[in-house]
Amino acid sequence: MSDEPRHRQLGLADDEFERIRAALGRDPRPAELAMYAAMWSEHCSYKSSKLHLKTLPTEGDAVLVGPGQDAGAVDLGEGMAAVFKMESHSHPSAIEPYQGAATGVGGIVRDIVSMGARPVALLDPLMFGSLTEPRNRWLLEGVVAGIGGYGNCIGVPTVGGEIRFAEPHSANPTVDVMCVGLAEVDALVSGTSLTPHVGSLMVLYGATTGRDGIGGVSVLASAALDERDDARPSVQIGDPFAEKLLIEASLELISRGLLEGLQDLGGAGITCAVSESAARAGMGARLDLDAVPLREPSMQASEILTSESQERMLAIVHPSRLDEVRAECERWGLQIAVIAELVDGDTLSVTHRGEVVAEVPATSLVEDGPVYDRPRAPPVVLPDPVDDPALLRFEGDLLEALEAVLAAPNVASKRWVWQQYDSVVQGQTVTGSGSDAAIVRVPGTMKALALSTDGKGRYGALDPYLGAMHAVAEAARNVAVSGARPLAITNCLNFGNPERPLVMWQFAESIRGMRDACLALDTPVTGGNVSFYNESGDSAIWPTPVVGMLGLLDDHRLRVPTGFPGAGLAVYLLGETFPELGGSEFAEAVLGVVVGRPPALDLDRERAMHELLIEAASMDAIASAHDCGDGGLVIALVESAIEGGHGFAVTIATDLPDHIALFSESASRAVVGVAPEHEGTFVDLAASRGVPATRLGETGGPRVVFAGLFETTVADLREIYETAIPRLLGEAV
Amino acid sequence: MTIATPRVGVITFPGSLDDRDALRAVETMGGEGVELWHADHDLRGVDAVVLPGGFSYGDYLRCGAIAGHAPILDDVRAFADRGGPVLGICNGFQILCEAGLLPGALIRNASLRFVCVDVFLRVETSQTPVTSELVPGEVVEIPVKHGEGQYVATTEQLQEIEDGGLVVFRYADARGEVTERANPNGSIDNIAGVRSPAGNVVGLMPHPEHAVDPDVGPTGGQPVIASLLASALAGASA
Repeated sequence: MSDEPRHRQLGLADDEFERIRAALGRDPRPAELAMYAAMWSEHCSYKSSKLHLKTLPTEGDAVLVGPGQDAGAVDLGEGMAAVFKMESHSHPSAIEPYQGAATGVGGIVRDIVSMGARPVALLDPLMFGSLTEPRNRWLLEGVVAGIGGYGNCIGVPTVGGEIRFAEPHSANPTVDVMCVGLAEVDALVSGTSLTPHVGSLMVLYGATTGRDGIGGVSVLASAALDERDDARPSVQIGDPFAEKLLIEASLELISRGLLEGLQDLGGAGITCAVSESAARAGMGARLDLDAVPLREPSMQASEILTSESQERMLAIVHPSRLDEVRAECERWGLQIAVIAELVDGDTLSVTHRGEVVAEVPATSLVEDGPVYDRPRAPPVVLPDPVDDPALLRFEGDLLEALEAVLAAPNVASKRWVWQQYDSVVQGQTVTGSGSDAAIVRVPGTMKALALSTDGKGRYGALDPYLGAMHAVAEAARNVAVSGARPLAITNCLNFGNPERPLVMWQFAESIRGMRDACLALDTPVTGGNVSFYNESGDSAIWPTPVVGMLGLLDDHRLRVPTGFPGAGLAVYLLGETFPELGGSEFAEAVLGVVVGRPPALDLDRERAMHELLIEAASMDAIASAHDCGDGGLVIALVESAIEGGHGFAVTIATDLPDHIALFSESASRAVVGVAPEHEGTFVDLAASRGVPATRLGETGGPRVVFAGLFETTVADLREIYETAIPRLLGEAV
Repeated sequence: MTIATPRVGVITFPGSLDDRDALRAVETMGGEGVELWHADHDLRGVDAVVLPGGFSYGDYLRCGAIAGHAPILDDVRAFADRGGPVLGICNGFQILCEAGLLPGALIRNASLRFVCVDVFLRVETSQTPVTSELVPGEVVEIPVKHGEGQYVATTEQLQEIEDGGLVVFRYADARGEVTERANPNGSIDNIAGVRSPAGNVVGLMPHPEHAVDPDVGPTGGQPVIASLLASALAGASA
């Protein structure tokens, strides 16, 4: 039994404890302390990040709901709205990968449902350490199984994501989950759209409340890994069947107009849902813990209040509609209980076994948490500009280098992963994993969503400001190459311990980069998630802001595929190639170094290229387009050939050394396939928009030819590309 | 002369996932989709019944085990006894096996992993409500997405199945060759779908309802749904 004061055991700092005493005018009761510890935890209160997050652009013509609600929403036109958000579940996944990932999916789906939207797509950006380590293979397999095990059971297709590998993620996997839903604009549930009344009831429905997940936010997500070895009981357990029933029942309740409010239970469980709902309504609440259906009858008040048992929702129901709500829940076989009532004033009072166990101002829990301006300090040793991989001599074999980069885990096909996901259910997935952006139709219209997640930790390690800008730019680029217009983003900001000035500096720089890119590309932030404390011992993850981009295609038939769809197409490179191998896949896979500056990023040029692609697509003038990303031009060309099934012959005319021309990762570039009859139009369009367009060659045949350099076959390259990951996982190929 | 529209019922169990997709496929192919509820003793006078894919009852106990005891299964049995066309897709196939309406059983994929991929199926017989518009030997491309799709049967059962011509689809390659490589889950004899001895009840693991829309994938499900609608119509006017 620890000698630590209780507040410290719960994750509260001494000054935070003093703040609570000041707010209450007395010492907090045990249950009250538990409530504050959960609500004022980093995960729930964003105390270290709030100040910086406020600087992000959140407004735009298309934004219907910005940050602060369960999820963000954008207007798609024709009366439809897309609701979307990304969240992290990295800490539980590091301990229990299956359930950590599974409950991550569950949580984000409930956020979407609580806005009144039907979830229609899931995307999972994941990061692990090297697959040569058994533990990292265990984590990858567990996380993928968990995402599939949960996502496949709830009827929401998993259509995209990313998997990246980096040494610093070895003990600290990053597991982010993005969910997108659709709703009619008029049916959106947001803080301002429904009106709760004094005397309305707070109804808990869904699964029973047990001891799982207690301390999930206050302990697990708010401290570094080695401080929480016995944290396994803090990992939540998911039941996707219950979630499916919850989705259907909730959407029915909303569509029948039976609710005055809806919130899902996530971090800090009942405490969060009740206090946030009450504070949002400008009221207090009387909560009776005896009314909560329990899994274990002996649970204490603090446990009931902070349990993170999954698959539970809190609805605000006018007493006159309670019977109908009850009947709907029973139809779906869901537990339902009236646990609280909205009252005048600001006090959240909680009773258990006939006694008052808590009386706190609701706003104090929700809004008056500490806001920290934590000290920031740039790294003592700045990257040496002379340390530029482009300056290193390379006299190796180019084909061998290509094969090494193609087989590098960051580049190689992730089919092993995404074939474990149902990408087909709901019947609207035009294209899923394996394309630059997932394209999901909007039923009842000709429109489609274009979705992409991107985040390059390697760039962030070298320059957090640039790294974050690249994440936004690449996500927008991936949407634009499919012909869609980027509209808005959600994000997951994955960092180390914010109490370290270096990490806080990385965070602030990343926010600055994200802000500048979002402004330049006109993609406001509608919400997101911050995940701090991703570190163990001395090893913190690289600053990894992950961006989830939502774009819109007005006509899904005009979407542009990633792979070359036929022979005889002209192959163009959009944009300019500079000698930029800093932080590149080539540098890591072939030269064995992670050094240098990330590529420069000119946001005006980037935007110009996006506009060109969107316009060309709307005119049906391009046959294919693929973003130049990891591995540079050569990989973009090879992937286009593998994906489309057609080879090509190109000549790279350049003053740059060959390996730099092929592998440089200069930004704002794309490989485009154009049918001969559209070449004139396309070239004129590019010129009019000031986007450099260089004709490289043509598609056709089974061979891949880089004139004067090397040649090989699509089949050989495909073999390398598709078998790399299975080989690393010890599978027969 | 009026042209009748075949009415195809799709049963929603708690946890059914592809029910809406089956209804949409029926409508796309020209039929009338009718929603049926697991707890009702009411098939609403439909001409054919579909048990859709999903994870009914969370796959608790065994896949499809609990659904076999749902009230509506009594009505499905009676409907099948009368010769009505019944199609079980994926979880629906599992339910029909558990309910004893089809031989054999479905267990975990040999790879022990969920797999979502387009496969080729060779049609083995046109004597079923879902293959009446197809020719034996024909190849159709349809997606599978399942973790428990490995078809198994006792040696005796398998003998009866093969001798009785009860296999409806086999996993094959694009040319119709039945190979191990073409088998996504280790099913014995590459069996992807079977029929009852009477022939009017069919179960298959692949999802024809997800293969009728050219915008999202292959369209090998079109002739399967078309056959179902034709059979439903024939039964309705009989």
